[in-house]
Amino acid sequence: MSNVTFKFDGVDYVGQAGDSLATALLRNGVLHFTDSTYRDRPRGIMSLWIDEPNALVNIDSGAGEPMVQATTVEITDGLVARSLSGIGDLPDTRDLSRYDRAYRYADVLVVGAGLAGLAEAKKYADQGKTVIIMDDKPEVGGHAQQCGETIPPELLSALTRKNVLHLQRTTVIGTYDQGYAVAVERRTDHINSKVSTDVARIRTWHVRAEHTVLATGAFQRPLVFANNDRPGIMLSHAGATYVERGVTMFKTAVVITVDNQGYTDAIRLHKSGVRVLAIVDVRKKLSKASNKSARKPAAKLGIRIIKGATALDTNGTLDGILSSVVINDPKSGLRETISTDLLAISGGWTPTVHLATYIGIKPTWSKKRAAFIVRSKVKSISTVGMLAGDFEEYEPAVFFGPKLDDTQGLVAYVDHQRDATLRDLRRAVGAGMISIEHVKRYTAIGTAHDQGKTSGTLTMGLIGNLVGLEPDEIGSLTFRPPYIAVPFAALAGRERGLHTEPIRTTSIHPWHVAAGAPMEDVGQWKRPWFFPKPGEDLHSAVLRECRAARNGVAVMDASTLGKIDIQGKDAGAFLDQVYTNMFSTLKVGMSRYGLMCGVDGMVFDDGVTTRLGENHWLMTTTTGGAAKVMDWLEEWLQTEWPHLEVFCTSVTEQIATVAIVGPKSRELLALLSPSLEVSKEGFAFMENKYGDVAGIPARIARISFSGELAYEINVCAWYGLELWNKVMELGAALDVTPYGTESLHVLRAEKGFVIVGQETDGTQTPQDLDMDWIVSKKKDDFIGKRSFNRADTSRSDRHQLVGLLPETWEYVIPEGSYFAEVQHKGATPPIPHIGYVTSSYFSGELNRSFALALVHNGRARIGERVAIGNETAVITEPIFVDKENVRRDG
Amino acid sequence: MLHIPCPYCGPRDETEFHYGAGANIFYPDPASATDEEWSKFVFIRENPKGWHAERWVHSAGCRRWFNVWRNTITHEFGPTYKPFTEQPKRPV
Repeated sequence: MSNVTFKFDGVDYVGQAGDSLATALLRNGVLHFTDSTYRDRPRGIMSLWIDEPNALVNIDSGAGEPMVQATTVEITDGLVARSLSGIGDLPDTRDLSRYDRAYRYADVLVVGAGLAGLAEAKKYADQGKTVIIMDDKPEVGGHAQQCGETIPPELLSALTRKNVLHLQRTTVIGTYDQGYAVAVERRTDHINSKVSTDVARIRTWHVRAEHTVLATGAFQRPLVFANNDRPGIMLSHAGATYVERGVTMFKTAVVITVDNQGYTDAIRLHKSGVRVLAIVDVRKKLSKASNKSARKPAAKLGIRIIKGATALDTNGTLDGILSSVVINDPKSGLRETISTDLLAISGGWTPTVHLATYIGIKPTWSKKRAAFIVRSKVKSISTVGMLAGDFEEYEPAVFFGPKLDDTQGLVAYVDHQRDATLRDLRRAVGAGMISIEHVKRYTAIGTAHDQGKTSGTLTMGLIGNLVGLEPDEIGSLTFRPPYIAVPFAALAGRERGLHTEPIRTTSIHPWHVAAGAPMEDVGQWKRPWFFPKPGEDLHSAVLRECRAARNGVAVMDASTLGKIDIQGKDAGAFLDQVYTNMFSTLKVGMSRYGLMCGVDGMVFDDGVTTRLGENHWLMTTTTGGAAKVMDWLEEWLQTEWPHLEVFCTSVTEQIATVAIVGPKSRELLALLSPSLEVSKEGFAFMENKYGDVAGIPARIARISFSGELAYEINVCAWYGLELWNKVMELGAALDVTPYGTESLHVLRAEKGFVIVGQETDGTQTPQDLDMDWIVSKKKDDFIGKRSFNRADTSRSDRHQLVGLLPETWEYVIPEGSYFAEVQHKGATPPIPHIGYVTSSYFSGELNRSFALALVHNGRARIGERVAIGNETAVITEPIFVDKENVRRDG
Repeated sequence: MLHIPCPYCGPRDETEFHYGAGANIFYPDPASATDEEWSKFVFIRENPKGWHAERWVHSAGCRRWFNVWRNTITHEFGPTYKPFTEQPKRPV
């Protein structure tokens, strides 16, 4: 064994390679590990593994971990750890470790590589099945390995077969429907204490198995008696194992037991040189079998055995370390105090039922085993080993602790990590709670880092004692994944930083970046927000950009709009169904604005659709709604109207669109495309023309989202940037001004154009938005039409779109503000509100602030004043600029 | 995570699919449907305990809609069937 040096609480220690931090510290004589979170009780290591409630540490070396159990940390050279009393802290540096993900299908997944799990793995491997066997401990073999027993070699050799994938240090953290399981494999922390940038520190496995075998084993249970939490009090299986691993600090031991496991561990302690002063067994009589297998071997070694007795209390040193145990014989009432270094508790076994309960299998109470066990009746899941109750030969008594008075109950700990005691349980029951789910929330038992691995069954047993019910009558234990605390980075894998979500950019994006435009996220798209000149802020840049659009010429990258190519002989009829207005009558080469509703009649998306040919259309959708609209079209085509010959193809990324906007845009287009007919009469509103623009083949559409004369130049996305550069170059003479999403919003709001998702939230009909004009009265049907006649949608006092003009001319009302009738100005809430602001800006064109809002019975309120806190505003028509629609012709 | 049998692609993870409510919700004739019939079509959905015929779309795969029986208690999948084909019997 090679030596390993590590640091704990600032002190250098030497341990042996393969030691857990707990083993190494115990070997170095560290018994008082930390103080408890809420009551400052001295605490020591109590268990062997992930059930440990006391020995929490913060790892400060390598990637760092805020809260892990010392019993699960394998020491390596350079490890730095410190004890915790309460929560840990995350390192404030970025974790540069690599994390990976792996996916695997298998015939059989075996969880747990103890003897039972190994036997199952071999059985299925022998049948030629593909098997994955995962175990959370460093070494294979479960309890048998911990007790130093030999694992049958045929079980081990099965693990190396070609059809078997065997992973240790791999914790299954969740089991889900249809054989799905997620596991985390720790791959580097046990090798060194450095940040692992090449080999993944943790690999997260996603497994789908035809059959799942749960062989998750069991944890030993403590008992509840006064002062049962001192350093020096351990689970007997843990105490014996630590001593076998070379911990020499315990010269004497007393074993308190309810089953035969206590005898086994007493013998293990004895054989490792610890003087076992007594085995105190709560059982008055042992069966013949137990007498032979447990009592006799211990008695033969000269160990004193006290039957029908148990621990009542303990005494400690000035530091609170265990010095002696007080036991009683309940029959005679006599008490005896025995001085001892180690108090080893065997309170029975608690099978690890978590993974079974995740998939809805309920554990059942077995009185014979004093435990909740799981016997799966589900075909695709089997349960084996201790989980399934394969430990009846231990013959435990159903016993959780002695009767205690209130003073004793105050220091009789049920959940060590939460410092919850028997008295807390009594108070919960006194307050009328019986169900485990209520008691858990009242006392916080089972809610700490260890998720009640030692305290769950104890709690149910003790409440049962208090109210005279069996443990399974208190409720059933429900656990939720993950089984252990998992770093977020492990779940994220490589999807961190820039890889968290796809980023979509247009072909013109590099220009926006070079121009220093701050970006706005619109769905996954990055769109330029505004284009500041030196010294400008958002406000001044937007004023300048809007001025250019209203008085000169401005340019915007509109490539992110969703675009769907629709072809087929029934495409026109189909569009008549999905839009509220008529499309089949549209002439080839013309565009039309359309509104889509759901079957409930609520506005769903909008956009301009162009008839490119007799049976060929190009639909545009909102930037964020493209995928949703595409799915919507497919759903109707496939599931309602399969007789329609229509084909939809997403072409969003294939087309770049540059919008030139403003009274001088005609002049700019003429510069860009000298041969194109651009006159007012020769290129009508909503008309499309094909031609070369700056030498690039383009479709030019006269469409306006600002109310101004405007053209959208559509080219193959490859030429987007080149087109933009040409627009900037040739437009320089006209002072062409690029603008971003903020100015886009101001310009459209001034015209009262809605944005689906801003003016709407799925509860607005076209009529609510003052868009009755777009709802066809001629068509027999379209999606949503019937719903307009429902009582709720046809009433006149719905929330309706209106404009708002703040009476303080420069006051921009925060978007989302609720407002009330004017008599409530400055009143203290609660006051009845009548509506809310959906869009709100300062308009350079109006030289004042303005807003759009949805107001109850809004149209009837036009002209009324409203109060927004201490401010007031007047309700207007939802249009502020160019009510006569004359500007669009230039 | 469910393992959903797409009739076109085979079994795939649930993350590739979108759910589309019950399979037997038919678009009523809007001209003759009463308010009650129409609101039933728009808003009312069955939520049975046990076998349920439902619609799914393999949105991250073949993009096609299909129907399938699913047990809402055990999450077991029964037979799948394509739109406008006869519904297989409710599994037992």
